Amino acid sequence: MAKRIDVSGLSAYYGSHKAIDDISMTVEPRSVTAFIGPSGCGKSTFLRTLNRMHEVTPGGRVEGKVLLDDENLYGAGVDPVAVRRTVGMVFQRPNPFPTMSIFDNVAAGLRLNGSYRKSALNDIVEKSLRGANLWNEVKDRLNKPGSGLSGGQQQRLCIARAIAVEPDVLLMDEPCSALDPISTLAIEDLVGELKERFTIVIVTHNMQQAARVSDRTAFFNLAAVGKPGKLIEIDETERIFSNPSVQATEDYISGRFG
Amino acid sequence: MSHATTVRDIPTPAPAAPKPGLSSRSLPRLAPLGFAVAAIVLGVGLGLAAGWQSRVQWGLISALFFLVISYVTTSVVENRRQARDRLATSLVWVCFLLAVVPLASLLWTTVSRGSERLDGYFLTHSMAGVLGPEASGGVYHALIGTLEQVGIATLISAPLGLLTAVYLVEYGKGALARAVTFFVDVMTGIPSIVAGLFILSIMLIAGLEPSGLMGALALSILMIPVVVRSTEEMLKLVPNELREASLALGIPKWRTILKVVLPTAIGGIATGVMLAVARIAGETAPIILLVFGSQLINTNPFEGAQSSLPFYIYEQYKIGEAASYDRAWAAALVLIAFVMILNLVARGIARWKAPKAGR
Amino acid sequence: MASTTQQIQTPPGRRFRPRSTGRAGDRIFLGLSRGSGILLLVIMASIAVFLSYRAAIAISKDEGNFLTTFDWNPAGDPPVFGIAVLLFGTVVSSVIAMVIAVPVAVGIALFISHYAPRKLAGAIAYVIDLLAAVPSIVYGIWGALVLVPYLEGLNLWLDQFFGWTYVFEKTEIGVARSLFTVGILLAVMILPIVTSVSREVFLQVPRMNEEAALALGATRWEVIRLSVLPFGRSGVISASMLGLGRALGETMAVATVLSPNFLISLHVLNPGGGTFAQNIAAKFGEADAFGRDALIASGLVLFVLTLLVNGAARLIIARRKEYSGANA
Repeated sequence: MAKRIDVSGLSAYYGSHKAIDDISMTVEPRSVTAFIGPSGCGKSTFLRTLNRMHEVTPGGRVEGKVLLDDENLYGAGVDPVAVRRTVGMVFQRPNPFPTMSIFDNVAAGLRLNGSYRKSALNDIVEKSLRGANLWNEVKDRLNKPGSGLSGGQQQRLCIARAIAVEPDVLLMDEPCSALDPISTLAIEDLVGELKERFTIVIVTHNMQQAARVSDRTAFFNLAAVGKPGKLIEIDETERIFSNPSVQATEDYISGRFG
Repeated sequence: MSHATTVRDIPTPAPAAPKPGLSSRSLPRLAPLGFAVAAIVLGVGLGLAAGWQSRVQWGLISALFFLVISYVTTSVVENRRQARDRLATSLVWVCFLLAVVPLASLLWTTVSRGSERLDGYFLTHSMAGVLGPEASGGVYHALIGTLEQVGIATLISAPLGLLTAVYLVEYGKGALARAVTFFVDVMTGIPSIVAGLFILSIMLIAGLEPSGLMGALALSILMIPVVVRSTEEMLKLVPNELREASLALGIPKWRTILKVVLPTAIGGIATGVMLAVARIAGETAPIILLVFGSQLINTNPFEGAQSSLPFYIYEQYKIGEAASYDRAWAAALVLIAFVMILNLVARGIARWKAPKAGR
Repeated sequence: MASTTQQIQTPPGRRFRPRSTGRAGDRIFLGLSRGSGILLLVIMASIAVFLSYRAAIAISKDEGNFLTTFDWNPAGDPPVFGIAVLLFGTVVSSVIAMVIAVPVAVGIALFISHYAPRKLAGAIAYVIDLLAAVPSIVYGIWGALVLVPYLEGLNLWLDQFFGWTYVFEKTEIGVARSLFTVGILLAVMILPIVTSVSREVFLQVPRMNEEAALALGATRWEVIRLSVLPFGRSGVISASMLGLGRALGETMAVATVLSPNFLISLHVLNPGGGTFAQNIAAKFGEADAFGRDALIASGLVLFVLTLLVNGAARLIIARRKEYSGANA
């Protein structure tokens, strides 16, 4: 049930500070879109506006429209809780619920959304863990706490938790920045598989990673510290990395930035 | 994992429930206010109809109605999950109000009843020659007692507490420091009456007479751990770079502590000492056991019985006459004002000092 | 040391002297501060020793059973006194206080940490801290003169509708100077401490734990249930035990409100009963030297009781620190 995202004229604020300015773009379904750019350019903030997580930060405020297929996430009467159920998120640092077992972590979202028969729950948990390439590593210790896993396993557990509720879109906020190279590779492979089923948006500060996993890449930049971040361009990943249409993008990618 | 799969439990391919849209029917934002008004009307109406005298019941019934109305309405209009969320929100509000009511009543009663009798005469006269039912007399002797006892207790506790905290933060390692830390915590929990009994047992063994000093000793036992704990917190906030900078200049450690560490933390330490003073100023139990109480002015804390503000309140309450209740409330107002002013000033110092220490 | 000082003629020579006195100063300063630490331990130990010594004198002459006698008459012939009623009353009133105060305090703590608007939350936290400073004798006269009359209606009502539970059956006529009223008053008194410790813990819940729940589409209550409460559980337990320690040892509020007797009854609405601290304050005035020793003996039991409760609370806090430190 992957969906298209259409953003138009979106700005986000922290109190009176404007963090991102007037962003418009389209994210295609069943593809991976990568956000790159220097620190503080607002790419994570923008990502968090896509499932209305930005507004949980104190002072956080958003203007503009985000259409998921045809429904505006910021429309009147839209319940942010329902939005977050449809647009899942994986964070920078793995954050499994520390007091819950592996099984309960994956089932947490399902249990919120209704009651499932034990067997149905078992099946979904298994399917999600398989989907996150974690099943074989944890199938014998589903009742152990999730915090006992390694960092990479914890991150895949968080992915399993996010896909268990069958979201339409999966947002990933620098999911590998806290992981070692081998775990990073595992997550990147996983992203490639998940795009068959979900629309994926991934923020990364690693340009090789963007080149490896994404179909399209968006480059964000800011004029100066304290100024709002802007979308410079978005295009096919191959084009961005070989022949971008904006000079700033080329400077950033070739390391001539700053 | 699913060996128990029976014929009936055929694995469901995907969550069976159809996905609800993003927007759903929701209650207007001011709905809780409406629920509250309806609940109060119902509670008061029911209370009047049933003729309950105690307004405590009216309030409890209203609170219950409020919870039920919010839950039921939300589950009908929205859904069960929203209803549960709303129930939790309502419960949290009810808890808050439940706590505010008695506390507001306490402050209101003390201020309104206390101000009836509180005047210059009350503050400057003792109870000498005043009989219980007479609407006369004052709190002067008790004020003197409190000031002297608390003063002596502070003179004992502040240096002791400060030095102990310095030991724990600057020198403390190993078993001794761990033991001191643990027992400071445990000491914080000693009931004031037990501290009083301890000094009493020493008095019985050494054959000492009750006096302000004995009370002050018991108060010190209550005060020391509070001073240690707060000073410790403050000293820990002093950045290590400051200590190292001073030591690197060849300044000995004890002078570093006296000239650099303590002055940096002095605002916070003063706050902690004042809060501790505020705490012991209201202690009654040790005074009953050790200072004995008196109707007369005794300015010598080292000999003879004294009074103190909290003791005076207890004494007047026990007389049980209208005039003595008035005196008790007035003294309670004096005591609360004393404690609150100490608190406000202490927190003021903390706030005023905090930004400088933070940078 | 003195000769080195003389060898240097230039002004910097002066700087070497403070160093030698510095060492002595260091020793003195360390001695002083370590000495006060040790003094604290000595005080704690002597509290235990002195109380035990006087208590032993009293208990050896007690003709009743110190643990099971339902009477307090150390001046009688033979002297008879026991702590059964006091232990019962202390525990029952504190348990009532906990049952009322802990859920309400957790509610207020959540209100401050997760529900109230920011500015309001700060103000409420401040007021709650101030209320912790209200002296117990003021709570006491408020309880006796304001709360007791207000609770009479509630008591009748509880008797009427919940009398079948036995506990809420009111078999004696009389004002509400009961263990139940004492429990309510103690609940009000320990509310600030339980609230402020719980609030601290709730505010420490890592942001990312809460965001994990939010991103799954959890409502505010579900966020609290999934991430805040599990994280804060041990903190709430130790906060409650700190509150329990206060309630067990509270003297004045109980002494003013309770109309004591020496009977054990589970009808908590009936006036009567007693607690350790209340009994000491009430009986001290009329006690002779031996009577004071008897009261000290009961105080020793209270001391041990609060020591256990507070020690347990501190251990839980300490364990939690290690646990969360390892996870951070």
